[in-house]
Amino acid sequence: MAADAPPVPALLQVEGLHAYYGRAHILADVALSAAAGDVLALLGRNGAGKSTTLKSIMGLVRPAAGQIVFDGVRIDGTAPYRIARLGLGFVPEDRRIFTDLSVMENLEVGRQQPRPDAPTWTPERLFELFPNLGRMKSRPGGRMSGGEQQMLTIARTLMGNPKCVLLDEPSEGLAPLIVEQMAHAIRTLRQEGLCVVLSEQNLHFSSLVADRAVIVEKGRVRFAGTMDELRADPAVREQYLSV
Amino acid sequence: MSAQFAVTFASVVAQLLNGLAGASSLFMVAAGLSLIFGVTRIVNFAHGSLYMLGLYGGYSLLEGLQTSLLSFGGFGRSPLGFWAAVVIAALLVGVAGVLIEVLVLRRIYRAPELFQLLATFAVVLVVKDIALAVWGAEDLVGPRAPGLSGTVDILGRHVPQYDLALIVIAPVVLLGLWLALARTRWGALVRAATQDREMVGALGVNEAWLFTGVFFVGAMLAGLGGALQLPREPAHLGLDLALIADAFVVTVVGGLGSVPGAFLAAILIGVVKAFCVALGTREWLGIEISFSRLTLVVEFLVMAAVLIARPYGLLGRPPAVQRAATEPAPPLSPPRWQVWAPALVLLALVPLALPGDRYLLVLLTDIIIFALFAVSLHVLMGPSGMVSFGHAAYFGIAAYAAALLLKRAAVPMEATLLMAPIVAGGLALLFGWFCVRLSGVYLAMLTLAFAQIAWSVIYQWGSLTGGSNGMIGVWPPSWLASKSAYYWLALALCALGIAFLWRVLFSPFGYALRAGRDSSLRVEAIGIDLRRQQWLAFALAGALAGLAGALFAFSKGSISPELSSIAQSTDALVMVLLGGVETLTGPVAGAAVFTWLKDELARRTEFWRALLGLVILALVLSFPQGIAGGARQLWDRLRQRGVAT
Amino acid sequence: MTGTPVLDVRGLAKAFGGVRAVDEVDFSVGAGELLAMIGPNGAGKSTCFNMLNGQLRPDAGAVSLAGRSIAGLAPRRIWRLGVGRTFQITATFVSMTVRENVQMALLSYHRRLGSLLSRARDLYVAEADALLDRVAMRDQAERVCGVLAYGDLKRVELAVALANDPKLLLMDEPTAGMAPRERVQLMELAARLARERAIAVLFTEHDMDVVFAHADRVIVLDRGRLIAQGTPAEVRADPQVQAVYLGSGVMYGHGG
Repeated sequence: MAADAPPVPALLQVEGLHAYYGRAHILADVALSAAAGDVLALLGRNGAGKSTTLKSIMGLVRPAAGQIVFDGVRIDGTAPYRIARLGLGFVPEDRRIFTDLSVMENLEVGRQQPRPDAPTWTPERLFELFPNLGRMKSRPGGRMSGGEQQMLTIARTLMGNPKCVLLDEPSEGLAPLIVEQMAHAIRTLRQEGLCVVLSEQNLHFSSLVADRAVIVEKGRVRFAGTMDELRADPAVREQYLSV
Repeated sequence: MSAQFAVTFASVVAQLLNGLAGASSLFMVAAGLSLIFGVTRIVNFAHGSLYMLGLYGGYSLLEGLQTSLLSFGGFGRSPLGFWAAVVIAALLVGVAGVLIEVLVLRRIYRAPELFQLLATFAVVLVVKDIALAVWGAEDLVGPRAPGLSGTVDILGRHVPQYDLALIVIAPVVLLGLWLALARTRWGALVRAATQDREMVGALGVNEAWLFTGVFFVGAMLAGLGGALQLPREPAHLGLDLALIADAFVVTVVGGLGSVPGAFLAAILIGVVKAFCVALGTREWLGIEISFSRLTLVVEFLVMAAVLIARPYGLLGRPPAVQRAATEPAPPLSPPRWQVWAPALVLLALVPLALPGDRYLLVLLTDIIIFALFAVSLHVLMGPSGMVSFGHAAYFGIAAYAAALLLKRAAVPMEATLLMAPIVAGGLALLFGWFCVRLSGVYLAMLTLAFAQIAWSVIYQWGSLTGGSNGMIGVWPPSWLASKSAYYWLALALCALGIAFLWRVLFSPFGYALRAGRDSSLRVEAIGIDLRRQQWLAFALAGALAGLAGALFAFSKGSISPELSSIAQSTDALVMVLLGGVETLTGPVAGAAVFTWLKDELARRTEFWRALLGLVILALVLSFPQGIAGGARQLWDRLRQRGVAT
Repeated sequence: MTGTPVLDVRGLAKAFGGVRAVDEVDFSVGAGELLAMIGPNGAGKSTCFNMLNGQLRPDAGAVSLAGRSIAGLAPRRIWRLGVGRTFQITATFVSMTVRENVQMALLSYHRRLGSLLSRARDLYVAEADALLDRVAMRDQAERVCGVLAYGDLKRVELAVALANDPKLLLMDEPTAGMAPRERVQLMELAARLARERAIAVLFTEHDMDVVFAHADRVIVLDRGRLIAQGTPAEVRADPQVQAVYLGSGVMYGHGG
């Protein structure tokens, strides 16, 4: 299928990914690819394997089989910190802010050296993207609202100057207004030339930000194509997304 | 007011300084323990061993500098030589800590918390025997600190110069640590990893090196604390467990993970202890109170008082919700009668089948008694989710209660078997009231501290308990005098006890305990008073441990304070963990294997502790999910390979 | 709504270190009614919930359940007076079966937790199964909760929450983490149970499709204050609510 391949050479390429959690076979032969400037939405129901896919790419779940290539380097079986240092950023679904650390300290933990082939982020630049954060630089992460924490977790990952960002459920549990701000932030990242892979249950949100979609169900890819193709296919949406 | 009650201002100041000097090392050990726990979530039982190594290491370095060819023309006797030895000893202990981290702990960070604990306890055993082999069993008295061996007159009292130096060093170390944690990138990473180490890794930080670094600093602090004590106390082999109990108390009082808290707590406890020594024996309202004897207990009293007012310590906060790396607990199924009934019959037949084998009967009696002891601990650790480091308190107290009732009150032995468990249960009710207010590691440390109180009382109250000599002649009546008769009695009572505990686990009471472990949030939302259930479980487990203790006393004929020592508590812990917490029969199997192994090793070598430690380490490293869990994991992996290819 | 409301809240207030998390909030819920509480993250919804269920003690204000004051009572007391709860992230007993989860609540309700020797799994089986029938989980009664799908766990929680025959059900983001159709099914189930048993339901939610389709009334909190209340249509049209919470409307309403 031509539509499921990105228009330019892939930055992130996943093939034949299998993963287990205890005895449960969570991922069975998952494949996806994404290029710079590309926003790919990983869709599916709760427990379909979206989150496990992202965690496997990041090295947080050890895949049982499969090949993951990022920027020309095989990263399956590599420690998460090495993957992060290659320029792959991960934003977890439950934000995982360091609650005892201030906003500035949270950003400091995420800081990595600038990369020649990726945008360089500073706290000042991030405060332009998320003005709320700039007004609470010394506030501990634990005393921020859910929406503010969601902004901080993305900003923290951007401090690593990634080429590609994995966003796990970025709209979950957020007020509609904050979700709109998240959509704006993701579009900004795309304009900066980043590759973004996000897992979502919210189809409205995905269609606002993504170019292409992959649907997983019971650990297998059931659909891969452009968002327009998905919009035109109510049967697929009905069957796999329970819309 | 009587004259002897007058405490002069001068003596107050002198004791205050003495207390502060004593607090200095304790602070460093506790700060290191706290730091390591914060980041790795491992309660490093071996921290006391590192302190002990600091003392021994400092001793040998000074010895070497002063006597050997390396004495560099008196450098070893110069102040510079002394301080160099202290610093080098601390750094070497830091390196030892790194070795422990890299060789053992790094491999088991994803293992269940309790297995990590087991591994550090194995390290304690190994280090103890290394120290025994290298430095021998005799106490080693270190030299005075050159240049600081005199005293200073303060208000007419002679205060050792070295004490004053220690009083200055502790705040300097505190300041250094605080700056490193609050003002550096390393500090931010450490604090972040304390909360979520996986996330720190996903942000590009090499957690492995961060952990190793933290372990180095923590171990170095313990070593420094030890080396600094050299001019004040002799190095000996009992320091490891003695210190770990003190360090637990200080970290719990100060608040786990808080370095300034450790500092405050160390000072508070050091000063209170020093005052008890100063007060000596006083008469008050006609009652004679020996304050100097109180020193062993007083720190635990301070802890109890602090925890009632502030459950998470002076400067501690409720633990942040930890990201659970472990899988949810599997369902609990009752043991099959097809397994236990034949086993019971076989055991009952042993004295008839092998009438002459006294050795086997004694060993089996031990195993049966320890099986009950382990099962009673498992009820707390497994289904109730409360880890106790101090279960021997009830075992030991009941043994003493039985012996005292028999010898002092002439109560028939049969009756003491009923009364001793009641005494133990009552004690568990008292201690448990505090314990169930906490959870997790806090609870575990508190249980250990309470066990130390029980041990101290037995040890100190010589007029009643015989002190360190213990009591002898604790024999059952004539109808139980033969080894086989006593074996049958032990088998019957222990089997009944175990059956009772297992039955309880499947009653509404036991279900509520398990429910509380699974989700305390939900338990509260359906109106269950979890604390009350846990409190009663504590008493129940204590009473049954007491039955085991009483049976043990009469099987040996003599008892000693060892029965409620930390070592006895950890034995039970090891039994449960070896067998696995996830099944009911696991602790029974663990008790059998452990008791047999310990007996075998102890008969063969002086260094049985080290061997035992190495066996435990080998088991933990090859089966980080427990023996049962390891087998399951192996099976899963084979299956996955089959599917994926 | 007629007669005394099941839940009546007047002047409820709570401050943390000088910040007013909940500031003079009034509302009520009647029997069989579904009231949605919405608002930005950090608006005070959780604080409000926790004061109703007893986790937090209000600084001021009155909370009454069927005419009886419950402000400041312990969570256990409040539960016994007839308040059931479900959690945003499901909280079940993972090592127990679905039926045992419900039995646990029944054992607590019937004050049988002191029993040391009876077999828990033989008690209140019929009652547990009847509750599981109501949430269509009877066929999975023997399965261990640790292996259930997320949507099924949500239904188990509902059955557990019904065990004490509640007058009021507090549901914290009941449909979080579910697929759109599962959300609809769960809320339809909750609405049906509420009407059949005359239970008052108060729920928080960020999915506006769920709120607008299933709530009878909506209240909106912002920075601890009640800024709007009314029917879903009224709240949706409120410019202040749009400005602080709803946004431009692109995030919801596609389905309707």
